[in-house]
Amino acid sequence: MAEPALSIRGLTKVYDNGFTALKGIDLDVPQGDFFALLGPNGAGKSTTLGVVCSLVQKTAGKVSIYGTDIDKDFAKAKYNLGVVPQEFNFSQFEKVEDIIHAQAGYYGMPLREAKPRCNQLLKDLGLWDKRNGPARMLSGGMKRRLMIARALIHRPRLLILDEPTAGVDIELRRSMWEYMKRINQEEGTTIILTTHYLEEAESLCRNIAIINHGEIVKNTTVRQLLTELDTETFILDLAAPVEKPPRIDSFEVEQTEGSQLTLAVKKGQRLNDVFEQLSAHGINVVSMRNRANRLEEMFVSMVDDDNAKARETAKAEVPS
Amino acid sequence: MNPRQILVALWTLVFKEIRRFTRIWPQTLLPPSITMTMYFIIFGNLIGSRIGEMDGISYMAYIVPGLIMMSVITNSYSNVASSFFSNKFQRSVEEFMVSPMPDWVILSGFVLGGMARGLGVGLIVTVVASFFTDVTIHHPLVTLSVVLMTSALFAIGGFINALMANKFDDISIVPIFVLTPLTYLGGVFYSIDMLPEFWQGVSMANPILYMVNVFRYGILGVSDIPVGGALVAVAAFIVGFFLLALWMLGRGKGIRS
Repeated sequence: MAEPALSIRGLTKVYDNGFTALKGIDLDVPQGDFFALLGPNGAGKSTTLGVVCSLVQKTAGKVSIYGTDIDKDFAKAKYNLGVVPQEFNFSQFEKVEDIIHAQAGYYGMPLREAKPRCNQLLKDLGLWDKRNGPARMLSGGMKRRLMIARALIHRPRLLILDEPTAGVDIELRRSMWEYMKRINQEEGTTIILTTHYLEEAESLCRNIAIINHGEIVKNTTVRQLLTELDTETFILDLAAPVEKPPRIDSFEVEQTEGSQLTLAVKKGQRLNDVFEQLSAHGINVVSMRNRANRLEEMFVSMVDDDNAKARETAKAEVPS
Repeated sequence: MNPRQILVALWTLVFKEIRRFTRIWPQTLLPPSITMTMYFIIFGNLIGSRIGEMDGISYMAYIVPGLIMMSVITNSYSNVASSFFSNKFQRSVEEFMVSPMPDWVILSGFVLGGMARGLGVGLIVTVVASFFTDVTIHHPLVTLSVVLMTSALFAIGGFINALMANKFDDISIVPIFVLTPLTYLGGVFYSIDMLPEFWQGVSMANPILYMVNVFRYGILGVSDIPVGGALVAVAAFIVGFFLLALWMLGRGKGIRS
């Protein structure tokens, strides 16, 4: 079996102020995967990725990129790695193409090799017309695409995208998804994605890990995770307002507005039963949609459970 | 990285640094030229004509090596300090950190970039000086060695300053409160023979005095101090500071959490 693109064992990070950001996590990302690393703010996602790309010093544990231990040969490991961070991290005063050429140079790629690759990436990512302008003149979405082009210039086999579509409009987000899918499928680039848009993770990723309080609380396939979803919540738009929410056997129904109901459907329950009873009450439904996307519902439920457990543990540890 | 890739990476960094300070030449290259022209007019021409000679040399010719050295020191230092800190501030330092470049290449790239500016400004000041007095170099090898070594030493100093700095104020403290006083007291405008014996002793603890005097020896052939020992001391400082900067970079001081 091929070695994982990324292998993490017992990764621990304790900051100087004593805060433990990572509590010995284990994680494997297979080669060619499109992998989502999810978690609430402060859960440890960026610290994990920071250690992988050498921006954060680990306290303990082992990290290997395509079989190369970063403690033994970090330079070799870094050749396989491309990083698109959450924050803009390029000189705002430099020209767009100079930023990408320089990054190629840092990987030892001569300019004559870097130029055609850079031109192709600028065209693919819609930055060709902006190549001679200073980076500070780009829009937020263009700056994110610049960081993607920069991360791909040396043809990494593992690409880390830390919230690449934050603040990017829908149209641009979808074009970025298409591009990421393309490099994953056609070039075989392994992609690790962190995002707050869970529909992004659901539509792009095959495998998923959820991290909370510095621990991996779930590591499975997206498909498997969705089968574990107990309850889905739907919003029903009614043809006419109702005075109070109708009573429907075995279902939880709440009224959010005069002509809008919220319906919780548990695993195994049939929607036909709902509609039959609504019809019996003389209520007509004109449209229906998920309140949140399915993965988001699952994510929120898991993180809430984990937070509740953490609070219980903290209470138990307080000396009387 | 193989040697060819290391050369490409090093050249990329040096070229980027040179492009940076030439792009903003009104901030980096023009001010020292104007300031030094003022020094030559006021100190060298107007006041110097009343002072007469120093160590048997016209005052204008005497201050030329010190003023060139002052430009080299401040520009080598401030180029690296401001450029590297700016990279920290804009987080573009992460571009180097995620790359496979060894730490010594990153350090050398910034140091060579700082030296390029320091030596470039030194050359401009030399050209300006040649309009006021005859600039003839007596010992070219000594002149070249000491200017290169001084430039390298202060470029490394600027790098250490930038690593430790948390805000822009932190990179101006050393140039204002340490480098400028030491340079002025380093025999740029006078010979330490003019000082009382006690202050001559105090002056001998100023490292910039040695660099200015060795440079003056290279250009004019006169010096207040032994040249050979001074060159060895500067070389030792370069090695010590380079290793310190490398250690700090390896430990991620000021750049890794």
